Amino acid sequence: MKSAAIDVHLQGRAFPTLDGIQAVGRVIGKHWVGTLGMFIVLVVIAVGVFAPHFAPYLPDEQLGARLDSPSPQFSLGTDEFGRDVLSRIICGARISLYVGVVSVSISLVFGGSLGMIAAFFGGRVDSAIMRCMDLLFSIPSLVLALVITGTLGPSLTNAMLAIGIVYTPRFARVARGPTLSIMQQPYVEAARSIGAGHLRIMLRHVLPNILASLIVQSTLAFSTAILTEASLSFLGLGTQPPDPSWGTMLGTGRKFMEFAPWVAVFPGLAIMIAVLGFNLLGDGLRDFFDPRIRRRAQ
Amino acid sequence: MTQYIARRIVVTIPLLLSISIVLFVLLRIVPGDFADVYEGMEGMMSPEAAAKLRHSLELDLPVHVQYLRWLGRVIQGDMGRSMRTAEPVTELILAGLPVTVELMVMSLVVSVVIGVPLGIGAAVGRNSKLDLLLQPLGVIGLSVPRFWMAVMLILVVSRTFHWMPPLFWVSLFENPGDNLKQILLPVITLALPMVALIMRFTRSSLLEVLGEDYIRTARAKGLTEALVLYRHALKNAMIPVVTVVGMQAGYLMGGSVIIEQIFSMPGIGWVLLSAMHQRDYTVVQATVLFMAASFTLANLVVDIVYAYLDPRIRYF
Repeated sequence: MKSAAIDVHLQGRAFPTLDGIQAVGRVIGKHWVGTLGMFIVLVVIAVGVFAPHFAPYLPDEQLGARLDSPSPQFSLGTDEFGRDVLSRIICGARISLYVGVVSVSISLVFGGSLGMIAAFFGGRVDSAIMRCMDLLFSIPSLVLALVITGTLGPSLTNAMLAIGIVYTPRFARVARGPTLSIMQQPYVEAARSIGAGHLRIMLRHVLPNILASLIVQSTLAFSTAILTEASLSFLGLGTQPPDPSWGTMLGTGRKFMEFAPWVAVFPGLAIMIAVLGFNLLGDGLRDFFDPRIRRRAQ
Repeated sequence: MTQYIARRIVVTIPLLLSISIVLFVLLRIVPGDFADVYEGMEGMMSPEAAAKLRHSLELDLPVHVQYLRWLGRVIQGDMGRSMRTAEPVTELILAGLPVTVELMVMSLVVSVVIGVPLGIGAAVGRNSKLDLLLQPLGVIGLSVPRFWMAVMLILVVSRTFHWMPPLFWVSLFENPGDNLKQILLPVITLALPMVALIMRFTRSSLLEVLGEDYIRTARAKGLTEALVLYRHALKNAMIPVVTVVGMQAGYLMGGSVIIEQIFSMPGIGWVLLSAMHQRDYTVVQATVLFMAASFTLANLVVDIVYAYLDPRIRYF
């Protein structure tokens, strides 16, 4: 889609030409939602991965005056222990990314395979697996995450585990639907008739076709994971102080809203931007992969 | 139709049963129970006293025996007593129920009343100024963290309007004015993401319906645009929206936990959270079970309404 439009314009000339740039601009303009999302996500990832380079101070250093308002020295002010808010937010990005990656991986791997297996084998395996998923589905997600972290003990690892478990049924459903329709396809029957085993069919034929929906779901799950971890930490059941999770900062900073709002406002803003970025990216990807919209575009 | 309903209800019971089993086992299997908390808090509780407490709470019996006893009591309507205060759990839940229900119902109503017309407006005036404005607002609305928005709202309202809602919760029947003042901010916080979601869903659903052939036929017949909209398009477009609204029940319940914590509202979410922090198992499992049951019930209602609106799915 994208390369066709550009090829027609370029017609053999080397990029960049004005026409080529205009073509790319048009494509980006049409998909500005996803592009903006990707931009934000890349910024967040860069900040998180290279956090030590960006942060002016260490997140645990108690340097400045306590609850100092934003100043040239501490761009976003200091918190109740004199730590630089900006540095803590930057290091908080790392925690959020970590949580997102781990919990989404858990739910993707478990949920995705369970859904595929359920649809692949059908019958009693299908009902058994989907019954378990329904069980998890019938408890509101935050409540379930609360209960799991509450019983296992509040910590970052348990929060990640809880979020992973909570999101598993969603991935199972997303994987199961397309797999069911793929199983009806003639090429699956053909593959089986030439002796392809279960695993081969699943990996070679089913998986590539459900990859698109899994990717979209992963992106959206990432944003929810960040939000859920922040909620859990806010309630005191996730990351524990002094780790600079955005949610914990918001939770502890709430007490000082009257006279030092920056302690709570900026972490919340960071959460919002990160979640927004992933939501936009997920939306953009979903539109990108949707065959109806693609056809209409052509 | 009744068969459908009956079938759905029958499926619900083993589901709730399994939830209760999982909850029960999960809470008791993890090391460290309520007596430990008490010991830790008081500091001076002797091992004998702790053992006595455990025995009175039946924590020293094997798990399955505990469960069967609990089940027997639940069937008779007794959900046990709080481990901490020995209040009957049923009373705790009933006390917190009006608060949470009021919060949820008002948030739901507000978000539907605002979200649906906005969605219709965006769909009808596709790519108009309204639409282009609402789309990004919609995505932002979905991404705003509830607790952050609550905190911001409190900040903004207290700074600019110099106004704080009354501190202790007043019920709707006692003092409607104060009650509404108290519930305003929580409802706005809870409703905002829902408004965004409903608006987006209404818009996309309506757009899809408007592209259908029978709408073209209606227009070709000469019906005014308004009539086409109200008589044909809207009813069909609302079906997925109803489903989405029903699914929000789960989000509302989870969200209410946070909102009640922030605004100090003594609802069920707050009960759950305090019990969680104190490892008060009976309260936790009863509350979660109650939430799961309500959630399942809400889903059931949504499915029934859906089946009523769209006869095609009734016979699956």
